[in-house]
Amino acid sequence: MTKLSFFLGCIAPNRYPGIEASTQKTLNKLGVELDDLEGASCCPAPGVFRSFDKTTWLAMASRNITLSEELGDDILTICNGCFGSLTDANHMLKEDPELKDDVNTILSQIGREFKGTQDVRHIVEYLYQDIGADRIKEAVTNPLDLKVAVHYGCHLVKPSKERHLGSVENPTFFDELVEATGATSVDYEDKMACCGAGGGARTAVVDTTLKLVDKKLDNMEAAEVDCVVDACPFCHLQLDVGQTEIKKKFEKEHGMPVLHYSQLLGLAFGFTPEELGIDMNFTNTSKLIEKVRGGAK
Amino acid sequence: MSDSIKTSDFDQAFRDEVFEEPGADKIALCFNCTGCSSGCPMTEQESEFNIRKFLRMANLGMKEQLLNSPYIWYCTTCYKCQERCPQGVQNVDALLKIRTIAVENGIMLVPHKKVGQLVVKFGHAVPINDDTKEKRKKLGLDEVPPTVHRFEEGLDEVKKLIKIAGFDEMVAEEEGGK
Repeated sequence: MTKLSFFLGCIAPNRYPGIEASTQKTLNKLGVELDDLEGASCCPAPGVFRSFDKTTWLAMASRNITLSEELGDDILTICNGCFGSLTDANHMLKEDPELKDDVNTILSQIGREFKGTQDVRHIVEYLYQDIGADRIKEAVTNPLDLKVAVHYGCHLVKPSKERHLGSVENPTFFDELVEATGATSVDYEDKMACCGAGGGARTAVVDTTLKLVDKKLDNMEAAEVDCVVDACPFCHLQLDVGQTEIKKKFEKEHGMPVLHYSQLLGLAFGFTPEELGIDMNFTNTSKLIEKVRGGAK
Repeated sequence: MSDSIKTSDFDQAFRDEVFEEPGADKIALCFNCTGCSSGCPMTEQESEFNIRKFLRMANLGMKEQLLNSPYIWYCTTCYKCQERCPQGVQNVDALLKIRTIAVENGIMLVPHKKVGQLVVKFGHAVPINDDTKEKRKKLGLDEVPPTVHRFEEGLDEVKKLIKIAGFDEMVAEEEGGK
């Protein structure tokens, strides 16, 4: 059985635990064992903490990586932000011996050392590259009759210098994984557009960031999809909580159900929406849940 | 921001500092194609946010104007501009460098400071709450995740790292952000 150490981050375990549960259920079904990364912290958030102080960002990120080095597993992230932060830090420290020495001087004060032995993975690219859409298709027991707007988010594919996942303007790997569940990935305008949450922008100027996600939701609605499927709990929060904020602030109702890929996959593997926490969003997902139940084959 | 720019106000040391970031020095090669700003999803919503303008200001050494602009904090770091730049300017990395210089100069937005304080205290930018604990139980997960929330020795390590880096003082309440 393949083993990975499961990096939870902040938003999944502390706001959307359904994503955490869905990841465990679906990966176990695919023969991947997930070790707890005991005592892991915030990645820390790349846009914010790298903006504040690079040393703090690198020290905290590298400490998280050393936890997985102890286990001898690669790290599995389920969040574009965590993936970005840990990938970028891992890459920088592996490439720059001087920087690695500096960081290790700091880490030695808590009895740790960054060795650079492990890789950082993101659930979507891991499933695509190491498991493959075909194997997922074979494992599906409950093909989904859903029209889906795929939201890659930014840091899954960018900056490409540390990702190597092909086109950043028109990628297809996430769509292929969505379609492996039986669902149809529907193209929509400005599909690769940012949700608006990253870089500390949501924290600093939430109302302006809502305009970005409002436009994104409009474009998805125009494509008449049943739901949006994302790869990141922070995008998930901006898309989900963002709808409640848009309703309050702009008096505009969207009603777009928001799912993380692990949750969509869970449905296709026959888990119930409740087991996957799909009913735990801040917006109402009952219409989608009804459709999934009615359409179960 | 005033319309007239005085060259005597330019700060070459600031320019050099920004250029320490790999790929930031390519700003000098910018020929104003506007690919960065015209594709920017934030500029579309808030025209005062203009990455091209900010980086050209950095190239001129317009330290005060740039560091005191509230708009340098609007970037969502989507990296679209950086991927598209024909001159290879590492736009986002350069902007993050500009932000770190702002922080070194005591400029930090209050909401960011508050997120920083959460990390100092809990090791998480988004700590757990009672509502989520209930949801976790319903899902059959442990009420508290196996992160620094559950492992105190892990949190102690994080707190020590934060102290060594001086981050706790950086986000401390007294300083008063802008």
